[in-house]
Amino acid sequence: MNRYLLPVMVFVLIVAVLAWGLAHDPRKLSSPLIGKPLPAFDAPRLLRPEQQITHKDLLGRAGLVNVWASWCAACRQEHPVLVAFSRQHRFPVYGLNYKDRREDARRWLDALGNPYRAVITDPRGMIGIDWGVYGVPETFVIDKRGIIRHKHIGPLTDKVMRDTILPLLDKLEAE
Amino acid sequence: MHWRAITLLLLATIWAMPATAAEKMVQFDTPGQEQRYYRLIDQLRCLVCQNQNIADSNADLARDLRRIVQNKIRRGESDRQILDYLVARYGDFVLYNPRLKPATWLLWFGPFVLLIIAVLILLRIIRHRQDTVVSLSNDDERRIEELLKRDHRS
Repeated sequence: MNRYLLPVMVFVLIVAVLAWGLAHDPRKLSSPLIGKPLPAFDAPRLLRPEQQITHKDLLGRAGLVNVWASWCAACRQEHPVLVAFSRQHRFPVYGLNYKDRREDARRWLDALGNPYRAVITDPRGMIGIDWGVYGVPETFVIDKRGIIRHKHIGPLTDKVMRDTILPLLDKLEAE
Repeated sequence: MHWRAITLLLLATIWAMPATAAEKMVQFDTPGQEQRYYRLIDQLRCLVCQNQNIADSNADLARDLRRIVQNKIRRGESDRQILDYLVARYGDFVLYNPRLKPATWLLWFGPFVLLIIAVLILLRIIRHRQDTVVSLSNDDERRIEELLKRDHRS
């Protein structure tokens, strides 16, 4: 009995480590920017190009900053979730239009609805690099002081909104 | 007929060449800068296609990062500054050669810890075997001697 104990324990340990590894999606990397302010930016708005928008315009309320592009298929998938969320008028949603053409982005919002309070344009993807964006869509949750508190990689779903994003936003708004 | 097809194929490959060459147009002031560039992009991970470095990857983001590395080198930034810039945005995961710090201790020292454990187990097994061979009572030894003597006489 005793002579089998150690090998069995080692086996169980290896299985546990491998199972833990399998359960984690390697594409979802935690961002080093969590806990830090959203990096500074100053860019024209999508629908009002004559106006600039900066990181200071996002201060004061907890909210979402959603990185999207019209060429991104997964963005199309998550878009109804964002539209439904914005209709509740509970928290502001900002957009970062990443590596996109202005006309394409506008057409997309006309066709699918505009959930954004304002859209930051980033045609060359330079703001995206400052934010550590590596795959659209990505969504940042920021608090009232503009600190990044959470980052969701991949399309938002009703379940993610209900279980993670909304409880966090409620908490941040109460802070 | 065959020859014509082969000639056409060869011509096609020649025409296709400038397309691949265009991407490699990287200009530096000194050969040293160029060397640093290739060394850096070789050890940076492409986050979109995670098992490639940004030197090999054709992903959009990899191209952007190559351009950023190139500009920073030309502006005279040190390797350390460039790597810090990327780690601040994408985390340690961008480095194929991770830095030594508490979060990466397991990564760096884990294999050696496993090796030590394995050697310890091996030593224990060897010692255990020796013990079982040597442990003979006095009675047993006397009997062996007698048997051996009897063997010699016969």
